[in-house]
Amino acid sequence: MAVSTRPRQAFAIASVLGLALTATACGGSDSKNDKADSPECAAYKEYQGHSGKKVSIYASIRDLEADRLQNSWKEFADCTGIKINYEGSGEFEAQLQVRVDGGNAPDIAFIPQPGLLTRFAEAGKLKPVSAETKAMAEKNYSPDWLKYSTVGGQFYGAPLGSNVKSFVWYSPKTFKEKGYTVPTTWDELIALSDKIAATGQKPWCAGIESGDATGWPATDWIEDLMLRTQTPEVYDQWVTHGIPFNDPKVAEALDKAGTILKNEKYVNGGYGGVKSIATTSFQEGGLPITQGKCTLHRQASFYANQWPEGTKVAEDGDVFAFYFPGIDAAKGKPVLGGGEFTVAFADRPEVQAVQTYLASAEHANSRAKIGDWVSANKGLDLANVANPIDKLSVQILQDPKTVFRFDGSDLMPAAVGSGSFWKGMIEWINGKDTAATLTFIEGTWPK
Amino acid sequence: MNFEFADEAPKLMILLYGLVAFVVVVGGLLFLLDAVPTWFARRRDARLIAASASGGTVTIGRLKPREGVLGLFFLLPTVLLLLIGLVVPAVRTLVLSFMDSDGTNWVGLANYDWMFSQDEIVKVLTNTLLWVILVPLIATSIGLIYAVMVDKARFESIAKSLIFMPMAISFVGAGIIWKFVYAYRSEEQDQIGLLNQIVVFFGGEPRQWLLNAPLNTLLLIVVMVWIQAGFAMVVLSAAIKAIPADIVEAARLDGVNAWQMFWRVTLPSIRPALIVVVVTISIATLKVFDIVRTMTNGNYETGVVANEMYNQAFRAGETGQGSALAVILFVLVVPIVIYQIRNLRKQREV
Repeated sequence: MAVSTRPRQAFAIASVLGLALTATACGGSDSKNDKADSPECAAYKEYQGHSGKKVSIYASIRDLEADRLQNSWKEFADCTGIKINYEGSGEFEAQLQVRVDGGNAPDIAFIPQPGLLTRFAEAGKLKPVSAETKAMAEKNYSPDWLKYSTVGGQFYGAPLGSNVKSFVWYSPKTFKEKGYTVPTTWDELIALSDKIAATGQKPWCAGIESGDATGWPATDWIEDLMLRTQTPEVYDQWVTHGIPFNDPKVAEALDKAGTILKNEKYVNGGYGGVKSIATTSFQEGGLPITQGKCTLHRQASFYANQWPEGTKVAEDGDVFAFYFPGIDAAKGKPVLGGGEFTVAFADRPEVQAVQTYLASAEHANSRAKIGDWVSANKGLDLANVANPIDKLSVQILQDPKTVFRFDGSDLMPAAVGSGSFWKGMIEWINGKDTAATLTFIEGTWPK
Repeated sequence: MNFEFADEAPKLMILLYGLVAFVVVVGGLLFLLDAVPTWFARRRDARLIAASASGGTVTIGRLKPREGVLGLFFLLPTVLLLLIGLVVPAVRTLVLSFMDSDGTNWVGLANYDWMFSQDEIVKVLTNTLLWVILVPLIATSIGLIYAVMVDKARFESIAKSLIFMPMAISFVGAGIIWKFVYAYRSEEQDQIGLLNQIVVFFGGEPRQWLLNAPLNTLLLIVVMVWIQAGFAMVVLSAAIKAIPADIVEAARLDGVNAWQMFWRVTLPSIRPALIVVVVTISIATLKVFDIVRTMTNGNYETGVVANEMYNQAFRAGETGQGSALAVILFVLVVPIVIYQIRNLRKQREV
């Protein structure tokens, strides 16, 4: 064989070099945490004793929000010596399933869909929380919130962040110029819409395109109107399939949403006709408000992050939001919202320590101080919430009079909640009638 | 956003380790590939020399088992990986397709029954059929016509690289590019999509291209054709260049025109290459996933089998239904693969 020996030598050198580098990488990372006894660590005494242990967390939170989240537990990690490895993924829902099936489950996951949580719990993949975590969660969250992560009487994890979805975004500036007032009832809302439509402008703008989750913003509309046209009890029945998906009560809510969403006179300001809702991304959905091309946009509190840089979000600023009014005052003040839950796939003591800490008021305040965050944690001090919309959301969540309901599509089995419900909404916007849409969704409910 | 290299140092270190690990592994493999046969060859040489020195006769047959060991050495990793990566998952998928959503109870043929009773899934199957018929046909035709046209033209290489370039783009990348081409903005806004800009330029109204079936499926097929035509062109162009010059010359002497030349000489001569191209593109098309997922995610009635399989198994958690779709996909690919293998055998015999 006429192969020169030189490349072979090169490979040998490269191999040795690589091994040496890997070896040095593995050594020398075990640092002692000498901060453990310092005064600022006093608050973390009960979590100590797991120094050098590692805990992996997997969630759908990415980019800036993920950096902020990681900062929120930095002090905890420094003081306890527990290393937290955080990983955020845009494909979280599908990849979590893959990782769990593949025997590579993270220690802790933040699951925003109780439906998905139930699936993992029923498959026996989730570990029930420790007594400490349970006590901490019960102290800080209302029973309503704890219910969503309780499966078969077993409690699996406390909520973390939350959001309030029953908001309509508007421009206080435009309202002042045109002399509009913030509507407090459904009739006032429709009267305002008609008034704006009469000027030749389309009052509402909407967008439900969201990559492979396209359709979800429309499901929020339906859920909000289920709560407004029906009672919370009917809403619960609908979510748990106590009544069929194509029940006349659901059709009523869908048609009510249709009076706005499928009204060519009302939508879609700045984008085109009704069908343009389907191809307008949810991130861009409300932006025409800042250009004066539409006036109203129903979207959750987290939409505050979507406004262009320099937009002032405040009651006297460029944009703000008001509570999406109810139809019948006798039905109270229903609020739709969502949030993620910290569940564990491992029950090592250090994992439980992290899980307990994440349920604590200390963590909620630590995260809120960094900015743009809402939680239903009762220990969250309103003074730590800077953003006015977040403040309003926390007030709503902490108000005992609020009739809170969790995002219905997130509670339903994934085949419906993040499958046919989304798909059905897209087709409904696209011209399919209410009855056919609901029958299609009903047909996909897992037996 | 500002990018601070200092902040990213840990990630860059990981990158460095990754690169080093790559060099180590690939280098090690190449080293083995080189060293092991050399070692065997040396030992054989040594034996031969020793044998001839002692004056004995050397039988070639005695060396065969040793070469068998060598063959096994190379075959083992492949067999092992095939077993882990292909055979076991295939069997498991088949088993899962007869089970319920979390793979605990047997449900018989319920998942297959579901497949053919849901309008949604029937639509998915017909869409896939549309893809498999149209993409190989159009992509191969375009590639063939292009190859014939640019053959011996002045700027042949430039013309060829132009159409071949999309091959270098990933399906996801292509999906994103074409999503922009079809992008929609209302009349009052500036168009950001090329197609709608052209429509507006000619005085038309911008349309939401990806919203209405079956036009949207056809527009997605265009993306696949755009990618695959280059592949068809390259292979067919090579085949055309391989046609013996004397055949072409003989045909010319017989006085054929360009049309006859194409149908009577070129086409029959490149028939094997043509089949390879059609088969390869057919298989790639059956598996199409990235384009659909990136551009519509199967919404607006554009779903195909691979995409629906992913959605059912991993998003909806209906493992059984997803597996059944995967099995169908497998069943659809098998005849094409068998045809391809038989075809290759026949060629070898000739």
